Amino acid sequence: MSIRLTVNGVEREFGGDGDMPLLWYLRDHARLTGTKYGCGGGFCGACTVLVDGQPQRSCLLPVAALAGRAVLTIEGLGGSGLHAVQQAWIEEDVAQCGYCQAGQILAAAALLERKPDPSPEDIDTIGNYCRCGTYVRIRKAIARAARELKK
Amino acid sequence: MSAPQAAISRRTFLQSSLTASGGLLLQPVLSRAAFAQDAPAAPNPIGLYLRIERDNRVFIGARGAEIGQGVKTSLPMIIADELDAAWADVTVEQLPLGIDFSGPTPQWKYGPQGAGGSTSIPDAWADLRQVGAQARALMRRAAAARWGVAPDAVGTRDGHALHPDGRRLSYGELAAAAAALPMAAEPATPKPRGEYRIIGRPQRVVDAPEIVTGRARYGIDVYEPGACTAVVLRCPYFDGDLARYDDRAARAVPGVRAVVVVPGPKPGEPLTANLATGIAVVADDTWSALKGREALEVEWTHGPHSAETSTALDAQCGELLARRGQIVRDDGDFSAARAGAARVVSARYRVPFVSHAPLEPENCFVHVMADRARVIGPFQQPAGAQRAVNLVTGIPRPAIAVEMTRSGGGFGRKLTNDFVAEAALISKATGLPIKLMWTRSDDLQHDFFRPFGHHELVAALDAAGAVSGWTHRLASASKYYRRPNVKPEDLWTAELYPDDFPARLVPNYRLEWHAVSSGIPRGSWRAPAHTANAFVVQSFLDEVAEASGQDPLALRLAMLGADREFDYAQHGGPKFSTGRLRTVLERVAAAIGWGRALPKGRGIGLAAHFTFGGYAAHAIEVEVSARGELAFRRVVCAIDCGQPVNPLGIEAQMQGGTIDGLSTALNLEITIRDGRVEQSNFDGYPLATLAQMPRDIEVIVVDSAESPAGCGEMGIPTAAPALMNAIHAACGVRIRSLPLSDQLRQALRSA
Repeated sequence: MSIRLTVNGVEREFGGDGDMPLLWYLRDHARLTGTKYGCGGGFCGACTVLVDGQPQRSCLLPVAALAGRAVLTIEGLGGSGLHAVQQAWIEEDVAQCGYCQAGQILAAAALLERKPDPSPEDIDTIGNYCRCGTYVRIRKAIARAARELKK
Repeated sequence: MSAPQAAISRRTFLQSSLTASGGLLLQPVLSRAAFAQDAPAAPNPIGLYLRIERDNRVFIGARGAEIGQGVKTSLPMIIADELDAAWADVTVEQLPLGIDFSGPTPQWKYGPQGAGGSTSIPDAWADLRQVGAQARALMRRAAAARWGVAPDAVGTRDGHALHPDGRRLSYGELAAAAAALPMAAEPATPKPRGEYRIIGRPQRVVDAPEIVTGRARYGIDVYEPGACTAVVLRCPYFDGDLARYDDRAARAVPGVRAVVVVPGPKPGEPLTANLATGIAVVADDTWSALKGREALEVEWTHGPHSAETSTALDAQCGELLARRGQIVRDDGDFSAARAGAARVVSARYRVPFVSHAPLEPENCFVHVMADRARVIGPFQQPAGAQRAVNLVTGIPRPAIAVEMTRSGGGFGRKLTNDFVAEAALISKATGLPIKLMWTRSDDLQHDFFRPFGHHELVAALDAAGAVSGWTHRLASASKYYRRPNVKPEDLWTAELYPDDFPARLVPNYRLEWHAVSSGIPRGSWRAPAHTANAFVVQSFLDEVAEASGQDPLALRLAMLGADREFDYAQHGGPKFSTGRLRTVLERVAAAIGWGRALPKGRGIGLAAHFTFGGYAAHAIEVEVSARGELAFRRVVCAIDCGQPVNPLGIEAQMQGGTIDGLSTALNLEITIRDGRVEQSNFDGYPLATLAQMPRDIEVIVVDSAESPAGCGEMGIPTAAPALMNAIHAACGVRIRSLPLSDQLRQALRSA
């Protein structure tokens, strides 16, 4: 019984193990490698993707649970260009090693959908780890993206 | 780490030639033969330093391993500025490991490529300016010939040669003619500082467009055709071994191709390859490999350290510090100073084991073939990766090709290539191209941890409050864990740096070390022993100031005294300047308003330290509630790393270093029970999130004409002591044992 899901607007079918976490399906099978592995336990957020618009830890989601649902990864966030959050990330020079940034950007994009004018406390709800410590610039980039999106 | 040294003379450093498309190619002369085999008809970015195409595009090879410290941006900036290129025309390409083995000793083709000790920038300053300057000289000579003027009359700017009358020729237009010119016999003269147009100006991370779209390539993103994924179940006990195992269920998991035992090192032997005995499960994809590993039935022997616990290590330190240890520096007569002191202050501190926890765990691709091997991964020491594969396969190093991806953090973990050796052993045993993946649990359980230790500090003060004697006694488990070629009597050299502050500033000064016996692997953690020593020294200064009724800033300035330089024999020398340390301290103190009256519950702490050629200071203002809740009010840091190369990158490193220092000081500790590490994921090793960290971190970059130092490590050492000094100023609680954890709540509850 194969699983049908939508990833970045494209219908996909997976005939393998439905228990496989979405993370490994995306990386090893769909070859969308922008979604990163960080801990496998849902703690760090490196594997964050949007499922029906909500940020989710893809390392904990069995791919079978995604049947009929829409997954958005970093590769699909900007469509054919760059999302305002991605652009703000470049402008504020957020990335150091860059490994966690796809998850951070998706979490920020989802926050701005919910809170177009986020307070510092709203931004505090993003619990994704950045081991390099880019948090100060993440705050600035979210503020910049919020300004751009309001235009 | 031993590494081939660049012994290439400046005169023969570079070779120019024509690219297939008629551009200029500047390459290290030693790589010429290798490059010729690479069919110049299809220009291969591998092997190039600098390529200027006729359409004015400038391709610059980045030699360093990029682990988030920004060298893929900052090193090419140095070349581009000396070339007088327009930064917008520059495309940066990652170079592979380049070592020339044709001579009697291996030599770097491109210069040093490792990421450790904050050396990339100072190394690049020493040689990469020549790359750009020689190319610029060629451009000027080509333009001069075209115009019939003297080369000295030709100016350059933004990728163009400039005629005195205002005419311009682009570098692209000159590239073919420049490529036909012989290289100058003498080194080119680098630019004077006033003419920098790229160096010293903020430049963004060159890979940012790839990073924000998920296209940047890390080690785990390497999917080579035919490669299988391997995961390893390792013995969790220090120096334990395999007792028995049953892999039938594992082999039955769909997708599992092979299960092989990976033998580890023998107890007590020097550690040069993989870290622990394990069983590798090799499968078609990661999930199958993980499921196969889950299905393994294994019993381990508990090894010679099975009684080791963190509590027992604390007790061992207490016993050691009751005795006299190895005296590693002894200026004047500390005992006499103490006996004659008007006041003696002493305190003991404890610094725990901590883990590197790079967000991208260890992984790499290795394909061991009959007579050669390919290696691709996130390395801090790509030359070490080559050595590791050579060691476990016997394949000669020249036949081992090593490519570096971006690395999702390093922090010192990937200086050690145990995981590369492990992947090579699995590839060799199975005959398959292997992508080895470590999980977070693997990473936290099998690290080379930052050393643990107990520190006792004693200061003798004269009647005027001047520090006349100082002793730092340390019992620690040396970072030099089972390193080949390190003698037992030299283990201390990784733990105490004898020329660090306040050596020479206190007349009677003694350093004493005791070896803690422990089975836990240790290694280099970003800014190694500076993290521990700056914490205790800078905390203790505040304790001395308090005990003697002095202002902590005034005491530090008094001890630094007049601006002067001392020899500094350890890494980061050759000189230590009291004036530069004074400056960063004064800058942060002024910025945060040191000395102003603060409401109850608030406090400001200071700390300053010299690390690897750079001078850094922190001033932190905190608020501590009556219940012991901590809030950051303001964080300021200052860095003097000599001539700033990329101020935006320096700010990033200082902010990141600050957060690394604070996160570690607040919550992080690796504990030992039954001869193994207790933590196995981030629930037990909680890195700080955005909400727990300061909302802003102000960075003051001191402008300087001194030769640049790196700055990947300077932001960490002073963060923790500045925080603990601030906490003490806010609520009177002195934190002497890291991490802070819930100590404030405990202390204020009992108060």
